[in-house]
Amino acid sequence: MRRDVFQAIADPTRRDIISLISKKPMTPNTVADSFNLSRQAISKHINILADCGLLSLEIQGREYYYTMQVKKLVEVNDWLEPFRKMWEDRFSNLDSVLHNLKSKKNGK
Amino acid sequence: MESKTQTRISKDLKNRKLTINREFDAPLNLVWKAWTESELLDQWWAPKPWVNKTKSLKFKDGGQWLYGMTGPDGAAIWCIGEFSAINPEKSFQATSSFCDEKGNINADSPTMYWKTNFQAMGSETLVVVEISFTKEADMEKIIAMGFEAGFTAALGNLDDLLAK
Repeated sequence: MRRDVFQAIADPTRRDIISLISKKPMTPNTVADSFNLSRQAISKHINILADCGLLSLEIQGREYYYTMQVKKLVEVNDWLEPFRKMWEDRFSNLDSVLHNLKSKKNGK
Repeated sequence: MESKTQTRISKDLKNRKLTINREFDAPLNLVWKAWTESELLDQWWAPKPWVNKTKSLKFKDGGQWLYGMTGPDGAAIWCIGEFSAINPEKSFQATSSFCDEKGNINADSPTMYWKTNFQAMGSETLVVVEISFTKEADMEKIIAMGFEAGFTAALGNLDDLLAK
């Protein structure tokens, strides 16, 4: 299965996990407590995020914590795709607006 | 093969800056109008299926643009921008932050700095948008927030695709 950052952020639960862990490192249990999902389900999402390199594991005493690797998200090209898509949508709207403005002008 | 109207995006991580280039098949004065007048901005600023609605816009140095983007679920994301360094039909700058519907800026949200340049190329117009962040953390925050605001639209479509 393809594992990349784009896939990692494509799922709403994973986006919520990213958003939680980006605030502070968290243990898998603390993450699971924030969701109405089974621990297994959360653990699966966490593993996908870790496989994509977005989360890294740090052991502190007997607990292990996941921390956000935002640089990883920045380094890869894929993170720009939603951003590019947004601008392309926006600009294709603008093309229509400009087209209408032009025809109005020529009609006069 | 490069289409003429391709949107080109480059990133400069060291200087925390993203640059977007796009040509439009319209004369400079019309493109400038479309970027600076609220009735026109509302027609294109929000990526589909989001709807843009300007609450107020004063296009002058120090003037503000307060607008909301409403998603398919009816929830609105409010943004406020402040204009500066307006050089008519050439360039303008703006700051942009997330806020509430009254325009109170969310102090935790990152601020973006925009510089938009316009250049006539025959009957067409080249627009160059530079978006920069003061702090690396702010740029990271925008990314880590899960591409909120406009990004959600693109990701929403992807969710649908992946659900198939």
